Amino acid sequence: MISVHRIRPIIKKEFRQVRRDKRSLGVLLVVPAFMLVLFGYALNYDVKHVPLAIYDQDRTTTSRELTDGFLHTEYFDRIATLTSEHQIDSVLTGQIARAVLVIPVNFERDLAANRSVKIQVLVDGSNATNATAAAGYLAEMSQDYSTRLSLDLLARNGFGRPTLPIDYRARIWYNPELTSPKFLVPGLIGFILMISTVISTSLSIVREREKGTIEQIIVSPIHPMELIVGKTLPYVLISLVSTSLILLVGYILFDVVVRGSLLLLYGEALIFLLCGLGLGIWVSTVSTRQEQAFQLATLVSLLPTFMLSGFAFPIRNMPWPIQALTYINPARYFLWILRGIVLRGAGLEVFWQETLFMMLFATWIIVVSWNRLRRKVL
Amino acid sequence: MQKVSIEAHSLTKRFGSFTAVDDVSFSVAKGEIFGFLGANGSGKSTTIRMLTGLLQSTSGTATVAGYDINKQPEQVKMRIGYMSQKFSLYADLTVAENIRFWGGIYGLTDAKIAERRAWAIQTAGLEGREASLPSALPGGFKQRLALACAMLHEPEIVFLDEPTGGVDPIMRRRFWDLIRQLAEAGTTVFVTTHYLDEAEYCNRLMLIHAGRIIAGGSPQELKTQYIQNPVMEVETDRVIEAMNALSDDPRIEETSVFGTLLHVSIKPEYNAEDVIKSVLAAHNLPLHRAERIVPSLEDVFIHLLDQQGVTSDAS
Repeated sequence: MISVHRIRPIIKKEFRQVRRDKRSLGVLLVVPAFMLVLFGYALNYDVKHVPLAIYDQDRTTTSRELTDGFLHTEYFDRIATLTSEHQIDSVLTGQIARAVLVIPVNFERDLAANRSVKIQVLVDGSNATNATAAAGYLAEMSQDYSTRLSLDLLARNGFGRPTLPIDYRARIWYNPELTSPKFLVPGLIGFILMISTVISTSLSIVREREKGTIEQIIVSPIHPMELIVGKTLPYVLISLVSTSLILLVGYILFDVVVRGSLLLLYGEALIFLLCGLGLGIWVSTVSTRQEQAFQLATLVSLLPTFMLSGFAFPIRNMPWPIQALTYINPARYFLWILRGIVLRGAGLEVFWQETLFMMLFATWIIVVSWNRLRRKVL
Repeated sequence: MQKVSIEAHSLTKRFGSFTAVDDVSFSVAKGEIFGFLGANGSGKSTTIRMLTGLLQSTSGTATVAGYDINKQPEQVKMRIGYMSQKFSLYADLTVAENIRFWGGIYGLTDAKIAERRAWAIQTAGLEGREASLPSALPGGFKQRLALACAMLHEPEIVFLDEPTGGVDPIMRRRFWDLIRQLAEAGTTVFVTTHYLDEAEYCNRLMLIHAGRIIAGGSPQELKTQYIQNPVMEVETDRVIEAMNALSDDPRIEETSVFGTLLHVSIKPEYNAEDVIKSVLAAHNLPLHRAERIVPSLEDVFIHLLDQQGVTSDAS
């Protein structure tokens, strides 16, 4: 019953229309890659080059050794050297420095005399993420320095070089530099695929209804299934091209290399696209005008993929009712799968359950929306 | 005998408690121009939408080109063309691309499309404008192109739902020339309209009001069958006073104003001219002219609506 012969003119027509509509073509192809650039640079969870002010009251070789230890990393930059207590307040409130390191007088002497010395760190907490990270780095570095001093002391006193009871060495796999873009690219692919398919599918259907051309098509012998396949296939293809562009930009700008199978990645993307198509058709059945469809499509695609997928906020930290919601969100599974393929080179054996769920969701949403669409216009 | 093209039996469509089309039956012969005449919201479009398979009927049946609309919609769709009142071509596809698309939807081969494109371009009078966008064409041409696109697969029957909305009178006439050509070539044309002048072009008409058919026949039959009283056209200076005076007279059935003239229908047992002369003279109203006329469709329509007990607002 379904004939390629009749689908072809619809596909050709959709491609023609998209090609002539420069704006929507831009939205589908250029904006996704542009968003990656924007997100990749702006949405950076890494804390580096924190402006640090140093108030060294001791001014000795030892105190300098400590501060150099901090500054010889990419995490801190010396922004000011303070000479009095009241300057601390002004550099922090003036946002000249995000953190201040205070080394007390007699730092060197007390250390040499084997007395414990207190060094003070003041951190601007107005940006909680940055403050936590900066305080963490400072604590870790002081700890290192202090351990080294203890070991030196023991060695000097003839105890030899003892081994530490626990030698803690963390090695981060899959994203050793802990850079955000690597983590973001998979999320962005999901995010962008969802938005572009839901919006373009719903708009293309609602537009035909608005113009009355859909009636004209429905009185023709074309099967409704042929119509939908013909109308959506072009957007699926464009979205896959868009996926490739994102991967390319991710590779060029952020060194994101797909470790797993590309074929698997596109296969999973296709299943995820079908979820988006179903949602798009659903949106078209509840909207009468293009503006309305656009708003609704943005809402149903953006919110779940951004908020409830683990893209922007870790699912672990959500209250349980919201965590429960994420389980019915295909984007959650897609992100997990994609991160697996891109960062860890994982294969289908790891996420076959997630794949199965996406397939179920896609089938369910397409059947439901399809029935609604038939009742409404066909 | 003529072959039947469309046959409707007690077609009814309800939307909730509202009955849009109420027990409508009619039959249309092959090659006929069949007009469905009625005001907006009278059920014209709903009927056409049922016949073309866009709407399911609540009850009743119809056959189109010999196939049942509810049981064999696919067969019906192959044999009909449809042009809705909203129908606009794809504004971002050229004339030639639009023709290609609509031909493709009907599964025509490339060779067939090429052949029909030549026909469509010529029919719409768009030679040399194949690469234009429809938005660049004058209104009437768009309508002709839309009709040609609905006829690419050479349907037996074409349904036109208010095809001339928003088109100027000259282009409307040319559009009707085209409809006549199609009918002469054997196509059955089912057309809805609320323009009474257009109704005159139809071979047969159905008047529909509030979902029910209130009259049917050829324009000539409607004028003679439903209005048996002689109708006089009366010219006077004081139209309103004259109308009041005439309507009060028991020998007179109906009076209505047509611009600066009055149309008066007099009971057949009286001499029409004498009645008018005596009534106006009795009221001291001037009479410039009183002439017996063939009633227009508008007279018929107003007469029929009056019988239905509604004040006419038909245009």
